[in-house]
Amino acid sequence: MSNMNYTIETVALAVGAFLALLGVAFAQDSQFAAHMWVLFFALFAGAVLLVRRANFAPASPAQKALRQSEYFDEVVKYGVIATVFWGVVGFLVGVVVALQLAFPDLNIEPYLNFGRTRPLHTSAVIFAFGGNALIATSFYVVQRTSRARLFGGNLGWFVFWGYQLFILMAATGYLLGITQSREYAEPEWYVDIWLTLVWVAYLVVFLGTILRRKEPHIYVANWFYLAFIVTIAMLHVVNNLAIPVSFLGVKSYSAFSGVQDALTQWWYGHNAVGFFLTAGFLGMMYYFIPKQVNRPVYSYRLSIIHFWALIFMYIWAGPHHLHYTALPDWAQTLGMVFSIMLWMPSWGGMINGLMTLSGAWDKIRTDPIVRMMVIAVAFYGMATFEGPMMSVKAVNSLSHYTDWTIGHVHSGALGWNGMITFGAIYFLVPKLWNRNRLYSLQLVNWHFWLATLGIVVYAAVMWVAGVQQGLMWREYDDQGFLVYSFAESVAAMFPYYVLRAVGGGMFLLGALIMAYNVTMTILGYERRENVPGATPAAALQPAE
Amino acid sequence: MEAYTALRHFADSWALLGMTLFFLGVVLFTLRPGSKSHANEAAQIPLKED
Repeated sequence: MSNMNYTIETVALAVGAFLALLGVAFAQDSQFAAHMWVLFFALFAGAVLLVRRANFAPASPAQKALRQSEYFDEVVKYGVIATVFWGVVGFLVGVVVALQLAFPDLNIEPYLNFGRTRPLHTSAVIFAFGGNALIATSFYVVQRTSRARLFGGNLGWFVFWGYQLFILMAATGYLLGITQSREYAEPEWYVDIWLTLVWVAYLVVFLGTILRRKEPHIYVANWFYLAFIVTIAMLHVVNNLAIPVSFLGVKSYSAFSGVQDALTQWWYGHNAVGFFLTAGFLGMMYYFIPKQVNRPVYSYRLSIIHFWALIFMYIWAGPHHLHYTALPDWAQTLGMVFSIMLWMPSWGGMINGLMTLSGAWDKIRTDPIVRMMVIAVAFYGMATFEGPMMSVKAVNSLSHYTDWTIGHVHSGALGWNGMITFGAIYFLVPKLWNRNRLYSLQLVNWHFWLATLGIVVYAAVMWVAGVQQGLMWREYDDQGFLVYSFAESVAAMFPYYVLRAVGGGMFLLGALIMAYNVTMTILGYERRENVPGATPAAALQPAE
Repeated sequence: MEAYTALRHFADSWALLGMTLFFLGVVLFTLRPGSKSHANEAAQIPLKED
């Protein structure tokens, strides 16, 4: 970073800050003005930081040559730190939201109402935590498996900081009450346009690196990452097609109406799950599990079939979110059938991930990082079993709109996405910062058990809560009247909501332990402890 | 014919056939005789570099 001059970048930030000020001055509504103040301060702070770092000594040719030859890992380091930071923030907001449901007095109007904190939670965990994890690991993996430096020079920095700006604008927008009310796509039109620019830059960096690879074959993890980047670009653009009411105001109207709008929304929503939370994270699985157990993937050919089957089937599954609605029946059935067919690639992939450990099963006992990755794949299997089951119309008539769905989402998100990311972070941090090992493997073990038990509490409680809700809503007496009012079904949820917050709290505690462990590793400390599996038997085994 | 209807008919006929054939082609190509050694080589890629 030092010895570099960011003249163009500094000027661009200053101009951007000035334009944001103009946005404040000419805003059509007070929300837009407030949001532009946020943008102004963010860009202004960025410009000041860059000016303070300016160094007028020209870089020597030797330094330049070195910079061209080595991997671009600085941006990956920033990405890992951002992942840990946003993870803690997102889980914390999740616990707050859970408590708000149990104790409504915690809804502090207007900025911290459930209606505003809930998208803050979902976006923070999916896009801030998950997105940073995907960008950072994809930059790391594509360089190693292509044996080439990241393409585009400082464009990698633009992707990282541009994405953080998107997160900031999305998060502050929700708290200000700015939303277009589309699930997992709440930011309004101007923030969507910004994300599109950042995403195109991301595609250029990733694809450019693949195109200048020195390895003839494109490793399967990169296929998954590329599918994630390309598909998210398509989903984001189509789902957010909207007409702004004014050039300097927050409000916009969707280009679609009625059931088309609903289907577009869930075509996006479900494929955000399929390509953001599944394909991208499978890219992680196919790189980091082989690395951590030091064995090639169980069946490379199965991984290719896994890829194509997933890509071809997932895209049709969205309509299962709209069972028993105005959506045409054939579309509902199509969504259900494709969801059920997804069992095959999902379980093929899960078996492939797990069997990579064949011959090294002892590592589950001795290596807590491997254990974390294995439980992630196990949760991938469980969530992708439960999902198709819930997409069956008969099951859905009981589960839809209940907390069962919330439990399902969290066993996938906390179990699969969370755990595989934690595993990747624990793998990456010692490598990126050149440390022998993590600060503490015992703390990884604590993290593992807190997170796992937290998820089990969360998911089990939500099953019970969801089935009870579903049954209460459909309970008729012999006169044909509903037995329970809706409010009664809400009141019955209280103990489950409290327990859910306990499960989430355990998961959060695990993440705080990870943040501490990662920080100490980066600072260069090593906790004196017995490394599992290396104790008395170590003398008998050759060193690794 | 309305654009919607025309596109739907295309989607559930030729487009569906084309995609199914492409998918089957990919699976058959992946499992073709002799592909195993290629696959084993490719599987080693992450382990070559640190």
